[in-house]
Amino acid sequence: MGAFLAKRLAQAVVVAFGALTLVFVIVRAVPGDPAKLIVGPDASAGQLESVRSDFGLDDPLWRQYVDHLGGIVRGDLGDSWRLGGSALTNTLERFPATLTLALAALVLTVAIGIPLGMLCARRPGKVLDLVVSTGSLAGQAIPSFWLGIVLILLFARHLDWLPATVDGSPAAVLLPALTLSLPFIGWLARLVRSSALEEGAKDYARTARAKGVPEGTIQYVHVGRNIAIPVVTVLGLLMGNFIANAVIIEVVFSWPGIGSLMVDAITNRDYAVVEAAILTITLSYIVLNLFVDVVYFVIDPRLTPEDA
Amino acid sequence: MSSTAAADRPAAARTRSALGAARRVPVRVWIGGGVLALFVLAAVVGPVLHPYDPVATDLPNRLLAPGERTEAGAVAWLGTDQMGRDLLANLLAGSRISLLVACATVLVGGAVGLVVGLVSGYFGGWPDTIASRVGDIQLAFPSILLAILLAGVLGPSVTNIVVTLAITRWVVFARVARASAMATRRLDFVDSARVLGAGHIRIMVRHVLPSCWQPLLVAATVQVGLVMVAEASLSFLGLGVPVDTSSWGATVSVGRDYLGSAWWISTMPAVALALVVTAVGVIGDGFRDVSDPRSRI
Repeated sequence: MGAFLAKRLAQAVVVAFGALTLVFVIVRAVPGDPAKLIVGPDASAGQLESVRSDFGLDDPLWRQYVDHLGGIVRGDLGDSWRLGGSALTNTLERFPATLTLALAALVLTVAIGIPLGMLCARRPGKVLDLVVSTGSLAGQAIPSFWLGIVLILLFARHLDWLPATVDGSPAAVLLPALTLSLPFIGWLARLVRSSALEEGAKDYARTARAKGVPEGTIQYVHVGRNIAIPVVTVLGLLMGNFIANAVIIEVVFSWPGIGSLMVDAITNRDYAVVEAAILTITLSYIVLNLFVDVVYFVIDPRLTPEDA
Repeated sequence: MSSTAAADRPAAARTRSALGAARRVPVRVWIGGGVLALFVLAAVVGPVLHPYDPVATDLPNRLLAPGERTEAGAVAWLGTDQMGRDLLANLLAGSRISLLVACATVLVGGAVGLVVGLVSGYFGGWPDTIASRVGDIQLAFPSILLAILLAGVLGPSVTNIVVTLAITRWVVFARVARASAMATRRLDFVDSARVLGAGHIRIMVRHVLPSCWQPLLVAATVQVGLVMVAEASLSFLGLGVPVDTSSWGATVSVGRDYLGSAWWISTMPAVALALVVTAVGVIGDGFRDVSDPRSRI
């Protein structure tokens, strides 16, 4: 277990390092003079010069890269020229909002997706099953930004049940979270359904049925435990997905998270913030993957690290 | 006479099996194909028949509901936008961008992925290790973030969108091609080709490549849908096509300001996008079922 964890951790570090390098290369490949972008088109030569030396833009690229990596290790990603102050602090301030949104979406997905999948597995091929499988296909095809707009129109404008943007009330998270989770609810339900059908046909389930255990108990107690393994794996990945997909949803709902910060920063070429945002999201993505690997072994004692 | 009969028989058998294959294709795949064909037709000839002028303003006819008549007496089937431009013409122009970006991205990304996957799967060893690690790193990176970053850095243009999306997608194709190449290179006919003195390039192109086409085709179909959504998302964020170019995503974004008064501006392009992407998804499922009978559960 220890060796396995160490190997996965090393892999995660390599991936994080690669991601950092990728971002560095892309941002430095910007056409145009970054100094001019920072101080504006009608800056004097002196101003440009001072910005260049402040940001180390005159150094050779490898030097900038080394400085950059050193800065990241110290937790210093440079300052945001637009917001003022450290880019990382600005980003981390927004992180809880994104995390809240992603968690709410995860809760919604689990709370609706799992029971729905179980119900479908009860009567495969019947109306509910068909509705869910068609719905999951459509859910993946509908662009999420438009889904958000429709939900705003329906629940905020017409019915006036829920707030469309942040107004301080906890209910404000519901619409964006629903937008984020809707495409994945059907998807999770299909996963649960096929796992439940597969497990439900196994010997232990048949034995339980022969003993006269009620079908509901078989599904949720006997079969449910074995379904937990694929589902937990997927939940970690879903959470990572939600954090990344939140970028667009946050813009639609003006949600004050990392995503809207990042899109704002990128249109204003505030690259320190862009890097900080990407770094934060990518790291949480990697940590979630690592977490899933660990949980996998904790919940399934049959697995040994050699299975990985 | 006997020779003609002998020549006819295989042809007849071929026709029969082709008919059988067509009959096995489920109805939904036919419907999906129809929607897709309509979309391609609209994208190719639509803008010619019903041109769209992105800078025109026709204020008396602004925000007409779908089906209303303009002052000139023409019917605005899908309504008009805030500048009085016909939404149908806008959508037709947008469909062209959507189709163009999807095809170009899948071709470029697919070609790069195919070459990388073929070489790394066939040779193995360090080229494979490097390509796979780069792919791992890229997949650990949410593709929407990479797309937003690249598009933001490169600036809005159709070419840049294609470059951006191709960079985010090549890994998928490389993985598919690599898996097929790895499975094929160990087979007997590859060994016999080598024994006969065929060079690496010849073996790769003539013997390994054919086994990659089918899985690549399935992957490409799925990716067409995803790329269309990605293009619309980037254009929605204002990072996609330039402002004077029609894009479904950009139109949805514009319509956001008129939700209360003119719901159709945002809704029409989104419905069109959802329809086409669902159709592509259905066709992709159909392809997978045909190419892999085991997946039919």
